[in-house]
Amino acid sequence: MSILGTRVVRTEDPVFLTRGATYTDDLTDERLTGALHLTLVRSPVAHATIASIDTSEALAAPGVVAVVTGADLDIDPALLFPGANKAMTRPFLASERVRFVGEPVAAVLSEELYQGEDAADLVDVDYDPLPVVIDPLASANDETLLFPEAGTNTAAAYNHDEEPDAGFFDGCEVVVTRDLVNQRLAAAPLETRAASAFWEGDRVTLYISNQNAQGGRDEIAGWLGLDKDKVHVILPDVGGGFGAKIGSDPEFGLVAWLSRRQGRPVRWNESRSENMTGMVQGRAQRQTVTIGGTREGKVTHYRLDVVQDAGAYPRLGTFLPMFTRMMAPGTYDIENVDSRARVVVTNTTSIAAYRGAGRPEATAAIERAMDLFAAEIGKDPAEVRKLNVVSPDKFPFTTKGGVEYDSGEYAKAIDLALSESGYAELRAEQKARRERGDVRQMGIGVSSYVEITGGGAFAEDASVEVHADGSVTVLTGTSPHGQGHATAWAMLASEHLGIGLDKITVKHGDTDLIPSGGGTMGSRSLQTGGIAVHQAAGELVDLAKQRAADLLEASVDDLEVDTDNASITVRGVPGSKSVTFADLAAAEQLKVDTTWDGKKPTFPFGAHVCVVEVDTESGKVTVEKIIAVDDAGPILNPLLCEGQRHGGIAQGIAQALLEEVVYDEEGQPLTGTFADYGIPSAAELPSFDLVEMTTPTPINPMGYKGIGEAGTIGSTPATQSAVIDALSHLGIRHIDMPLTPLRVWEAINAASEASS
Amino acid sequence: MIPLAFDYARPDTLDDAIALLAEKGEDATVLAGGHSLIPVMKVRLGAPEFVIDIGRLAELDYIRVEGDEVAIGAGTKHRDLVTSEVLGAEVPLVPAVARTVGDPQVRARGTLGGSLAHGDPASDLPAAVLALDGSIVLRGPRGSRTVGIADFYTGVFSSVKEPDELVVEIRLPRKGDAGWAYEKFTRRSNDWAIVAVAVCDGKVGLVNMGSTALRATATEEALTAGKSIAEAAALADEGTEPPADTSGTPAYRRALVKVLTRRALETAAG
Amino acid sequence: MKVQISVNGEDTSADVEPRLLLAHYLREQVGLKATNIGCDTTSCGACTVLLDGEAVKSCTLLAVQAEGQSVTTMEGLEGASDGTPTHPVTAAFHAEHGLQCGFCTPGMVMSAVSLISHDDDLDERKVREGLEGNLCRCTGYHNIVRAVLVAAGKDPDAEQKAEAESDALRTAPGFSRGESAEEAQA
Ligand SMILES: Cc1cc2nc3c(=O)[nH]c(=O)nc-3n(C[C@H](O)[C@H](O)[C@H](O)COP(=O)(O)OP(=O)(O)OC[C@H]3O[C@@H](n4cnc5c(N)ncnc54)[C@H](O)[C@@H]3O)c2cc1C
Ligand code: FES
Ligand code: FES
Repeated sequence: MSILGTRVVRTEDPVFLTRGATYTDDLTDERLTGALHLTLVRSPVAHATIASIDTSEALAAPGVVAVVTGADLDIDPALLFPGANKAMTRPFLASERVRFVGEPVAAVLSEELYQGEDAADLVDVDYDPLPVVIDPLASANDETLLFPEAGTNTAAAYNHDEEPDAGFFDGCEVVVTRDLVNQRLAAAPLETRAASAFWEGDRVTLYISNQNAQGGRDEIAGWLGLDKDKVHVILPDVGGGFGAKIGSDPEFGLVAWLSRRQGRPVRWNESRSENMTGMVQGRAQRQTVTIGGTREGKVTHYRLDVVQDAGAYPRLGTFLPMFTRMMAPGTYDIENVDSRARVVVTNTTSIAAYRGAGRPEATAAIERAMDLFAAEIGKDPAEVRKLNVVSPDKFPFTTKGGVEYDSGEYAKAIDLALSESGYAELRAEQKARRERGDVRQMGIGVSSYVEITGGGAFAEDASVEVHADGSVTVLTGTSPHGQGHATAWAMLASEHLGIGLDKITVKHGDTDLIPSGGGTMGSRSLQTGGIAVHQAAGELVDLAKQRAADLLEASVDDLEVDTDNASITVRGVPGSKSVTFADLAAAEQLKVDTTWDGKKPTFPFGAHVCVVEVDTESGKVTVEKIIAVDDAGPILNPLLCEGQRHGGIAQGIAQALLEEVVYDEEGQPLTGTFADYGIPSAAELPSFDLVEMTTPTPINPMGYKGIGEAGTIGSTPATQSAVIDALSHLGIRHIDMPLTPLRVWEAINAASEASS
Repeated sequence: MIPLAFDYARPDTLDDAIALLAEKGEDATVLAGGHSLIPVMKVRLGAPEFVIDIGRLAELDYIRVEGDEVAIGAGTKHRDLVTSEVLGAEVPLVPAVARTVGDPQVRARGTLGGSLAHGDPASDLPAAVLALDGSIVLRGPRGSRTVGIADFYTGVFSSVKEPDELVVEIRLPRKGDAGWAYEKFTRRSNDWAIVAVAVCDGKVGLVNMGSTALRATATEEALTAGKSIAEAAALADEGTEPPADTSGTPAYRRALVKVLTRRALETAAG
Repeated sequence: MKVQISVNGEDTSADVEPRLLLAHYLREQVGLKATNIGCDTTSCGACTVLLDGEAVKSCTLLAVQAEGQSVTTMEGLEGASDGTPTHPVTAAFHAEHGLQCGFCTPGMVMSAVSLISHDDDLDERKVREGLEGNLCRCTGYHNIVRAVLVAAGKDPDAEQKAEAESDALRTAPGFSRGESAEEAQA
């Protein structure tokens, strides 16, 4: 029986559930013995010039070995996203100007952790405040510049040169337009950022908590002016990333630099309070959607305008609107699509990827637009969606944005979600509650989504080696941080070799062992790294057959793998001679290195239905049900796949209802701790109802698409829409996320004041 | 995030604790469950030089009936309030309120005395004690005194308790079958209240509607005057000064307190 | 100051600053690194351990407060010393895929152990509310809840179905309706 598609429990768990995983702060590498602890002094103000920094008192504090400021640095400020305005570089320690609360201004190195925090309080920085820009729309006016030398706050612009065509919607029977906020979120992995570094001669080894060792190595080498082979990056176990651990953080470069300067190992592990301002955040788009079509419900025109808040120093957030524009029309076959985006800097934490990274924003926009359009023409929102989705016979389908969707059955996904939810009964129940005037109203939200996975690097390397003792080592350039690749990649190898998972070790995240790799992000891993492992194991079988042919005195074509015995035998000859992979490896190294290049991304899709109850007196929303149809093609391990969907759904609901990074006008974060930032606990969420659907992609031999972000992308608009649906009889058409009790109550209150 | 350095002592008796507190004066702070104090010290908003740990004094850990009242030692943990059979029978509002405090780990450490002494206007138990018209027994170098809860708080995080006094006991009238209810409104299950309303026997205590726990006097008077629950609840925000934060505007809190008061009164009426 | 704390059945002691947090004592002095620190505000529960059998957040306790008491961390559970998760809770987390990145897991497991020890008739709602002090960013809790139900001897499918069909107000957490004394004590 094939192991593929079965619910294999994770091989990484026994350690995780007994002595616990080994995160960067847990390392006991003896080369880190005697490490100095780094404590960063961070700016308490959002925008200011630095008049002076006095480190003398801190330097005199017990256990303090050094206090370093920007003046001591010999590394240049770095441009953290190549496509951004070249003047918008970030210093490793600010010495002239700070641009957001949380920006590092000094580094304290101490013998012990507690001493560092005491001394950091003693560093005296004198700030001369500058006007603060928090609102990205205001930033676009360029009144207060964050980088005067750039002459603008715009970090990048896409399709922004020409004025939008004023006649674009001419001829539409119905046109609806609306400003939307896709609010700023904190990725908030439970493990904060951490790094440890030590030097051996002119070569540094850096342990970092990150999603991509090789990318991190390249950036750090660039910052420090080193050859890549002088930087060895290792990722220990990583306690969650969700996009925010893509790319190297300037702090990592600083840790390496400080370790060289002091000639001692250095460890850094930020606190949650630091993390909530220091780690990149996500989303943060202001959008304007305009949708047009016929009274019958056919959508013919769609326009999306995006202002992307990049935060103070442009990072991957500069790129997000590209994805948003690419995926703008969603699952719909819309004749005329127009979009543009502008990326601006503000005195806030930098924006980068957060689960979905640009696609949730696209889906949220088009799904809101669909609802607004359906409401305007008085039709059922699910029906309007089905009327407009791309039909299955059109695949591969090239959108008006020039994106080629590989495969999809969008209407079927909607139908499945509707039938599983009991849509007709729900609508009847909703009607009854409205007629009774219940305090607790019910709302039903439907979303249809398609997303892009493996949208960055399409290729990935893998190496599979069988050893003489029959064990297997798999090397991969993908880099799990909870996804379970150790199990999944072993399943792929085991399928070919018939060697048990207990004998297969999957290694990742070490640039000496695996010099090239794209890491884990954008739901790329299975369709790139996984397929590479599948291919490598297949090639290893071919190699083994060639070597076995002589031994077994048979032609290669007559040989097959006996998966019960992990050996090569002659096909159709019971009891024939055989040779095990282990024996072959004993004779000569049995190893294959390969590269898989899918050349294209894949486009998973699905539909979610969310059912909420809204207490119309208090504004409190309760999620009663969420039904998720997520189609990522065939499933390698349903247990892992469901886990990805669950986690994504929870984060998606959280965006709709709870989470938002808020700044006051001075640029002070009001949600700088876990007490204020609304991550849901188990008590706020229901169990999730997952429905299976399988549409393979032709892009790779297994038909696999990515599943890491689907849950987030589908659940957010379904949940937002459900709440608005519950209140639609009051004339409410839209409420911006997050739909907190306060927001919902304010909308109800405004609607009732308007009607009375 | 770790506290600034301090000295620490854990006296064996209440008398020793009071004596030590008197000796150390302003520089000292008592530590009970530590679930308000330690978080404040970790972010360095509080930095006592001397910490006197009273968290393990058995003398402060009891719940017993005394005549018309139930006496609760200040060191009683929230979890023990929740599970107390005596409280369940005599003042069932208290276990119900205690159950909503924080999360199980917080309830395993935090104490009733700590909650009342700390006096956070968003905390639950002060409003419950207010709705019950309880009293607080203080002890210091000058002896003991008992203060009615209505006279206890003087402002945000401040009370008539002298710095050298300890809260040693909370006394609550036995309520038997009187109607009661607690309506706590939060964003997430273990969050602090945006607004909460405690009702017992026609008395109404409000959480997070001003600088201290408050009584909804106008509501109570309306009820006594024979007004309907709906009419009385509509007055629940009179005399309050609700705060503004990311969870709620003052206008929202005013609206919410009326809804919650009406619901609590309805539940209490059975 | 000298402290003596029994950790996972073994006596430990060290000379510590009074301000040393119990979480740091466990990680740095005793060298048990399973217990994690995920926040500064006593919110996340990653640091949860048992203190004399009760789940507490070790980031909000001074080591000196635990003097003479006994602490249990995930490393002290059945099977942990030889790397096999055979304790009913860890076994169920494994079988139900109740962990992904694993950072919340040691604390989550210890909260679950405590929850189960306090209630021999758990259902989905009680598990969800009972874990309110522990955040997980990866799993969406679905499989954690299942694991805890399994460890409590319940059928997770049946419990999830019952909860989905229940009319009981799900607005309940921290939003208690005036319940009876019995309910309050349950
Ligand atoms: C994550 C979290 C969530 C929480 N959620 C809630 C909630 O929802 N509702 C709520 O009401 N509370 C909540 N709390 C607070 C919790 O209830 C605290 O335990 C309580 O407020 C303080 O009690 P304590 O025993 O821990 O006091 P400590 O922290 O030990 O002390 C608090 C203050 O009171 C003083 N003090 C303590 N005991 C005495 C005494 N006997 N005499 C004189 N002074 C004394 C101390 O010196 C200190 O200044 C939460 C706490 C946390 C960490
Ligand atoms: S680290 Fe203790 S609760 Fe977060
Ligand atoms: S498994 Fe990652 S935080 Fe829970």
